[in-house]
Amino acid sequence: MPAVSKGDGMRGLAVFISDIRNCKSKEAEIKRINKELANIRSKFKGDKALDGYSKKKYVCKLLFIFLLGHDIDFGHMEAVNLLSSNKYTEKQIGYLFISVLVNSNSDLIRLINNGIKNDLASRNPTHMNLSLHCIANVGSREMAEAFAADIPRILVAGDTMDSVKQSAALCLLRLNRTSPDLVPMGEWTARVVHLLNDQHLGVVTSATSLITTLAQKSPDDFKTSVSLAIARLSRIVTSASIDLQDYTYYFVAAPWLSVKLLRLLQCYPPPEDGALRGRLTECLETILNKAQEPPKSKKVQHSNAKNAVLFEAIALIIHHDSEPTLLVRACNQLGQFLQHRETNLRYLALESMCTLASSEFSHEAVKTHIETVINALKTERDVSVRQRAVDLLYAMCDRSNAKQIVAEMLSYLETADYSIREEIVLKVAVLAEKYAVDYTWYVDTILNLIRVAGDQVSEEVWYRVIQIVINRDDVQGYAAKTVFEALQAPACHENLVKVGGYILGEFGNLIAGDSRSSPLVQFKLLHSKFHLCSVPTRALLLSAYIKFINLFPEVKATIQEVLRSDSQLRNADVELQQRAVEYLRLSTIASTDILATVLEEMPPFPERESSILAKLKRRKGPGNQPGAEEARQERERERERERSLNGSAEHREGGAAASAKSSPSVDVLSVAALPTNRPRPVSSVSLMQTPFLASCAAPSSLSAGPMTSLYPSADLLGPTGSPPSTGGSLLVDVFSDSLQAGPAPLDLAPPNTAVSEDNFSRFICKNNGVLFENQLLQIGLKSEYRQNLGRIYVFFGNKTSNQFLDFSSTVNCPDLLKTKLNVHTKPADPTIDAGAQLQQILNIECLEDFTPAPVLDIQFRYGGTLQNFGVKLPVMLNKFFQPTEMEAQDFFQRWKQLGAPQQEVQKIFKAKHPMDTEVTKAKIMGFGTALLDGVDPNPTNFVGAGVIHTKNTQVGCLLRLEPNTQAQMYRLTLRTSRDTVSQRLSDLLSEQF
Amino acid sequence: MIGGLFIYNHKGEVLISRVYRDDIGCLSTPYPSWERNAVDAFRVNVIHARQQVRSPVTNIARTSFFHVKRSNIWLAAVTKQNVNAAMVFEFLYKMCDVMTAYFSKISEENIKNNFVLIYELLDEILDFGYPQNSESGALKTFITQQGIKSQVRDKDEQSQITSQVTGQIGWRREGIKYRRNELFLDVLESVNLLMSPQGQVLSAHVSGRVVMKSYLSGMPECKFGMNDKIVIDKQQGKGATSDDSAKSGKQSIAIDDCTFHQCVRLSKFDSERSISFIPPDGDYELMRYRTTKDIILPFRVIPLVREVGRTKLEVKVVIKSNFKASLLAQKIEVRIPTPLNTSGVQVICMKGKAKYKASDNAIVWKIKRMAGMKESQISAEIELLPTNEKKKWTRPPISMNFEVPFAPSGLKVRYLKVFESKLNYSDHDVIKWVRYIGRSGIYETRC
Repeated sequence: MPAVSKGDGMRGLAVFISDIRNCKSKEAEIKRINKELANIRSKFKGDKALDGYSKKKYVCKLLFIFLLGHDIDFGHMEAVNLLSSNKYTEKQIGYLFISVLVNSNSDLIRLINNGIKNDLASRNPTHMNLSLHCIANVGSREMAEAFAADIPRILVAGDTMDSVKQSAALCLLRLNRTSPDLVPMGEWTARVVHLLNDQHLGVVTSATSLITTLAQKSPDDFKTSVSLAIARLSRIVTSASIDLQDYTYYFVAAPWLSVKLLRLLQCYPPPEDGALRGRLTECLETILNKAQEPPKSKKVQHSNAKNAVLFEAIALIIHHDSEPTLLVRACNQLGQFLQHRETNLRYLALESMCTLASSEFSHEAVKTHIETVINALKTERDVSVRQRAVDLLYAMCDRSNAKQIVAEMLSYLETADYSIREEIVLKVAVLAEKYAVDYTWYVDTILNLIRVAGDQVSEEVWYRVIQIVINRDDVQGYAAKTVFEALQAPACHENLVKVGGYILGEFGNLIAGDSRSSPLVQFKLLHSKFHLCSVPTRALLLSAYIKFINLFPEVKATIQEVLRSDSQLRNADVELQQRAVEYLRLSTIASTDILATVLEEMPPFPERESSILAKLKRRKGPGNQPGAEEARQERERERERERSLNGSAEHREGGAAASAKSSPSVDVLSVAALPTNRPRPVSSVSLMQTPFLASCAAPSSLSAGPMTSLYPSADLLGPTGSPPSTGGSLLVDVFSDSLQAGPAPLDLAPPNTAVSEDNFSRFICKNNGVLFENQLLQIGLKSEYRQNLGRIYVFFGNKTSNQFLDFSSTVNCPDLLKTKLNVHTKPADPTIDAGAQLQQILNIECLEDFTPAPVLDIQFRYGGTLQNFGVKLPVMLNKFFQPTEMEAQDFFQRWKQLGAPQQEVQKIFKAKHPMDTEVTKAKIMGFGTALLDGVDPNPTNFVGAGVIHTKNTQVGCLLRLEPNTQAQMYRLTLRTSRDTVSQRLSDLLSEQF
Repeated sequence: MIGGLFIYNHKGEVLISRVYRDDIGCLSTPYPSWERNAVDAFRVNVIHARQQVRSPVTNIARTSFFHVKRSNIWLAAVTKQNVNAAMVFEFLYKMCDVMTAYFSKISEENIKNNFVLIYELLDEILDFGYPQNSESGALKTFITQQGIKSQVRDKDEQSQITSQVTGQIGWRREGIKYRRNELFLDVLESVNLLMSPQGQVLSAHVSGRVVMKSYLSGMPECKFGMNDKIVIDKQQGKGATSDDSAKSGKQSIAIDDCTFHQCVRLSKFDSERSISFIPPDGDYELMRYRTTKDIILPFRVIPLVREVGRTKLEVKVVIKSNFKASLLAQKIEVRIPTPLNTSGVQVICMKGKAKYKASDNAIVWKIKRMAGMKESQISAEIELLPTNEKKKWTRPPISMNFEVPFAPSGLKVRYLKVFESKLNYSDHDVIKWVRYIGRSGIYETRC
């Protein structure tokens, strides 16, 4: 860069800036700026030519004013003029102004682009650099469009200076980031890769950045870079620190380049070629060795640079995950860092170890550091480091150390920061379940968890305990005893009350033998917590009470007394009130047998993925780790679980994530539960849904019993009893399902699949109206027909206050109809919000005359249950009528022409409605024919004519309707050119009168 | 009620900080950080705001800041309650008056030099956030700048102060004696106008003040009369001749609203519409009023702006004085805004001096004196620099400043009578001076 000579000092600018700095108030500043702007305007006035120096000075002032936050609306032209100057400083100011101030839609953009082009074409490296920097700084689409082709050329040209190459590579990188579609890949790519061999390390560094980005986009094109990168890396690693001169940073050879090369290598799997692989391993080993050497300098920059390279190398080792020795060495190295003075290093070490722990080669090695990590958890001052320690403990946990880790995490939880508590709770819950050999331990752990951090224990956690307790006979007694003891504490968390209520309600009988926990004591204990709890918990407790009545007849009177009290029977909360009333009635009128069947013990839950795990996964979010890493970890965990779960034959569904894994037996169940003969799209949700409904509804006498409006046992499952939550996907376990099934007991019956055609006949003579309506859904129609084409707008109205999910509606034509009618359906949205309306458009083409009507099949999930019905679509032959006006003479002539016996259909029928002339006229016109006046000699008779359009043919049609008011009868005569049409029309029309 | 009061300099540094209430949530936090927070919040959000804050009331985090600015000094009253904003501003203005009465100019230097005094004053005029007596005359009796000297005062005087301040007539002490009983009365008005280019009045009003300075002995009772329309009409109803009413009806004015100094007996005003009072000693503002009808507009501005192409603008402005030829207007200043891309200006004017002030983006035309019923004109040629943005110039209005020796509202003082029963002087012995000054407020004409 040429030194700034004294003459370039721009004193005026300095004076102006110091004036501004000395301003006492904003007003004074604005005044000064206004004055300066007026001065510059008078200088820029067209009539006098300014020399380069003053132009530069004024443009500089304008730039300064702009950066102070004032609008600048002139001077752009002068700045563009500066671009063509040959002086470096002037050009520089011009470029600066343009990259700061010129917006892309300016008129000047062409001039600017021209200036840049000239500079790019010049052989002067400083000018080329300035223009490249400007392109990169602006980085707009327009810039990319204009120069995306030139820059690669400059980059790979043999005669380009090194400094320009650097700028070009970085400029290209920037353009690639802002508008990747505009940067063409081409023959230059291969040559870019060879820049890795460049003499100049600066060029290599910037080229590596570029190649890394490009390689992420299209890895195949840059595969060759791997070998070059390894070669380059090994040269750097093995070089003595002084070899690289300018690129040695505090005795570390080219740290940035090394880091970038290692990053680049992380885009690819380990090289296939053995030699190459050996060389890379050698490099990595050298880096690991270097970490062991005593530091060459005490300066923090030295160790920072060294560690940066080291951590990147470890990241690569983890990424490759193929060299056990390297993995173990990396792990040991990280182990050293765990005790390092530097907090950042400890953090990084914990973080990297977390990923190491998931590799099968280094898992054991990581485990050796358990003491240190636990210590870190306890003593670290920085919460983010402690968080990492928790993550690492979670990752390194397996069967051998689960008890220790869980115990440590639990004890830490008591003092943990609130920000990470919930995550720890989830992790403890997952680990306790995953590695539980002994379920009494599991129950203890979770109860401890609730005691220590009750507020952070989410629903999923305690749902899961209950699932496990119910599914395992061996722990039920123990669980009942433990919760009973836990409940003795004067203050216990509401979640504990919930668990306690549920478990005692189910298994209280197992501990009732002991006089210290006799039924009455149990009940009194639970009831002592009743008034301190929220409504959902109270509801659950009420259900537990009714279960008590079943389990222990001796406390029946006490419990009935409680239920009868005003605070229950007249509770302001509708849910509680209803439960109290229903349970009280149930307990008084039902015989013990009925009680026993209604309140039977809950059936075991189908085994499935823990909902806690799902929640933990969600909490992690995609941002925490790179996507690939995450997925790999998941796979790892999956495998781990598969191994660890005690191999039982329970079929497991992969939750929302893996619908394909559902086992055949589940499928069978679902088909049995839903006797539908139509193939339906099998969604994972419906699969999880139906088997549970079947398994839950069948064994519990609920649906079989006389009181279908009661749903105690289903409700016990879903203790909140809240209206079905639409966030059903959040809880992917049985609880949520039953929760949603709860309030809609009627829907437990197989879905209604009957085809409704109630309103079908109403649509024969009209086109718009309500086709179908039940408690949930209203279907309205609006249709238009022209010749053989029709369009129907179907409106689906959601009448409920919940969303319909997985909504679909399709038109089903019977086989017979398929050749005669073409129905095209536009797919509808899959959800209908509460109270909202959805429109679907059907396009219909009539190919031939037809008799049956198509059926609209509707399917959706409401509150967790699948609704399914069919509605006959009112598409009839007469809809394709075109009315024809004709004179009496014509009419009779044609009437005679259609005289063949099969062409005429006559029907005599009794009037169903009062015989009103006007109504009849309207109906005939609505039917589609033209009503012909004065054709029939008898004025009371009605005569009509029309043509039915189908794609293939047109069918003329004449009709005559003769009412007989005395006998309340009609005679309908139809003559058409086709017998089937006559018959069909007469059937349709005769029903209308 | 006012929670606290801060005074800042132009940099946003706090010069005076007085907190009256900590209701603003500082009790709930372990350390009383509220005060600092409020101080900082105002500085960050108002004084150093990116966009200039134009509203005098700013709400930050449920806390209201009311501010007034005097030269480079910001006075901010802070409250978390829903207070009467007018009351707070009235108080702030009073506070400025009091400070001016004590140390003439409100400047950073003066505030720094008198900070003890200011705290003393704040203790006196605000109690737990409720405004108290802010009469500078009364305050001066017991808050003095002499410091120790005041303690030497005899006990009598001290008890007198106590009885005065707590008594019925808190604004005047007893036993005042003057050799010459004198009264000065100023009617100060500012006239505000917005006029369309065609000369149509879009809005106009006069806000006026009656300021008095009294040097009267004893406890005199004063009565002030002016040509208020209601009073005059009432007198006419009492049997004035029709001829009389036509004459005086012309001169009476309709007052839209008015406020009085606390010494005025409001009950008497309400019942008889007469203004009677026992005056404080020295300077005070007797009343404030506002009129909107029949305003005499002292000047008429006739603008003529012509755009010649994209790079030139021709402006011609004529001003006409519209009052008695015998009167002289002073300090006339016309501001003609110029476009933001002005690159040069040529001005020709018949009278006075005109100059293009780039820092204000305006041509400023000054005339020292101008008699009534005259007219004068200026013409200017403005060169413009073509800009690349198509933003059109907003054409701000031409504004004007002046001072005229009459009341544009038409207010006339009819009488000012002084009665003192105990001491032996009568209304005739009092020397009275009356002066009318009309100034421009926001006096603008669109162009």
